[in-house]
Amino acid sequence: MGKNSLHVLKGINFSVSEGEMVSIMGSSGSGKSTLLNILGILDEADEGTYTLDGTLIKDLNEKVAARYRNKFLGFIFQSFNLINYKSALDNVAMPLYYQGVKRNIRTEKAMHYLEKVGLADWASHLPSELSGGQKQRVAIARALASDPKVLLADEPTGALDSKTSYEVMELIQGINDEGKTILIVTHEDDIAHMTKRIVNLKDGIIIDDSKVNQVRAKTEAYV
Amino acid sequence: MFNIERWQEIFEAIRKNKLRTFLTGLSVASGIFILVILLAIGQGMSNGVEKEFEKDATNRISVWTNVTSVEYKGLNPGRFIEMDNRDYEMAVNKNSDKLEFKSGVYSRWGQLTTYKKENGSYRVEGVRGDYQFLENATLVAGRFINQSDLNTIEKVAIIGNQVYLDLFRDKIALGEYVDIAGIKFKVVGIYSDPGGEREETRIFIPLTTAQRVYNAGDKLRSLAFTLEKQDNYEDALAASEAFSAELEADLKAKHTIAPTDERAVNVNNTLENTKKFYDLNNMIRWFFWGVGICTIIAGVVGVSNIMLIIVKERTKEIGIRKAIGAQPWSIIGMILHESIFVTAIAGFVGLIFSLFLLQIVGPFIETDYIRNPSVDFSVAITTVIILVVAGAIAGFFPAYRAANIKPIDALRDE
Repeated sequence: MGKNSLHVLKGINFSVSEGEMVSIMGSSGSGKSTLLNILGILDEADEGTYTLDGTLIKDLNEKVAARYRNKFLGFIFQSFNLINYKSALDNVAMPLYYQGVKRNIRTEKAMHYLEKVGLADWASHLPSELSGGQKQRVAIARALASDPKVLLADEPTGALDSKTSYEVMELIQGINDEGKTILIVTHEDDIAHMTKRIVNLKDGIIIDDSKVNQVRAKTEAYV
Repeated sequence: MFNIERWQEIFEAIRKNKLRTFLTGLSVASGIFILVILLAIGQGMSNGVEKEFEKDATNRISVWTNVTSVEYKGLNPGRFIEMDNRDYEMAVNKNSDKLEFKSGVYSRWGQLTTYKKENGSYRVEGVRGDYQFLENATLVAGRFINQSDLNTIEKVAIIGNQVYLDLFRDKIALGEYVDIAGIKFKVVGIYSDPGGEREETRIFIPLTTAQRVYNAGDKLRSLAFTLEKQDNYEDALAASEAFSAELEADLKAKHTIAPTDERAVNVNNTLENTKKFYDLNNMIRWFFWGVGICTIIAGVVGVSNIMLIIVKERTKEIGIRKAIGAQPWSIIGMILHESIFVTAIAGFVGLIFSLFLLQIVGPFIETDYIRNPSVDFSVAITTVIILVVAGAIAGFFPAYRAANIKPIDALRDE
């Protein structure tokens, strides 16, 4: 934002194919969040190209960017970012509202995704009446609601204790098993090892990109 | 605008943000309320002043003289100008068809007046019979001065009600003799005057008697006239102004006074004063409008302020909405739609409240200066619309800016 520009990313070249589950790791300041924001069309790269599902993402105006975000991407944030005056169900239904889906179909679909994350009984509750893990599961349901190609998660377990973290990761793994492409930014090693591939960033450069054996986040294993 | 989904969004936002909605509404409603009450009081004051003045309105024209202030035709300034019967006759003869009531006046201040053991100091005015109507005096008892008194230089007096109370203390006064500056006068009448005590501490005697008693020859202190009634105010004012100007010019010519001398001859035109009153009335009205417009401006600033805060408060929500696919115009539309809806409803609530209050309380306000406060309905509606439009414009810019910031910046906003 200031006058002095700072190059955060200095030459990143990697691709993710459909169905992959990738974690992006690195210490703070390594540029992992910036990368995710560029991938999420929330931010734009100064140089280089980004192709999402065969579409070149470059110099988009806000209107088109909004449409692509709605169509291609689902976001999961560290601080959940639910709209605090809307019920869990209405939060999940929001992306569908912006797709122009009729209210009754919207509610039906949103309910389906809430059931998927196991919160059907909490549909009418406000975010303030939910625990951290429940909020994140509502956020996941919302990210899924528009049936996106890619799920982008920025420190999805950053604000949760480890037990809740594993519950959320178990849910995310389940979604990946159904074929969704998922990118997770994290700095926690155990979370990263629950994905299938780890990209390690340091000072804006990829220092390591390797496939790993996925650890299933079975909660009972850690009780 | 008539999208049912949008309306549902807005109603939900309003329902879930009651305090915010209430504060916006309160500022708009109170602004309108104050404005309407203010305009109504202005109207009421205007009505009141009008009424107050009409009660005493006369078309009297008074003339009195003073020292000259301008050198003219070799004559020094500082000459004292005195009028006499010939000035009066000149004015009367020249305008005999226009004049309604007319009188020359010879008066003396502070004349010691005694009745038995009581005494007081009063103003004594030597006048003609018409003077009763010029003064708007009403006889309580007896009669006023008549032509025969003037012809025979009778020593009769018509005393003011206050003089009567001072000297006679409710005893019979008619037919009694009072001593004015050493000369006995027979009391033939008692009058009252709407001007009150100040106007009732006077004694009227025939003009000719006054001139004789005070050894004034045919001198006059002042002249008083009224003109024949005209059909409307404009004509009356024009006639009265023409008469005043002509009379002043004639008197100046006759007494060799510079036409530019503003001090030597004074012609006071009550109708002109009426006009001043109407002007004052207009001033009051403009003043209240000025204050009202300032109130509107304050209201607009208040609404703008609240809009800024609302947008600031919703920055994160806007970021979330954009991240899940909201387009900039749908964000702007949502904010404006909500604000217009709230301000419009609140504006009408304020309007209805104030009109209701005026309807209930208005008729009971009957003081000297405020009468029947009321407001023009179309003016009130217009102000509501102005406030709503101004609020929308004021809300647009922050909404536009918020809709165009990057979602990632909005999300970081805490």
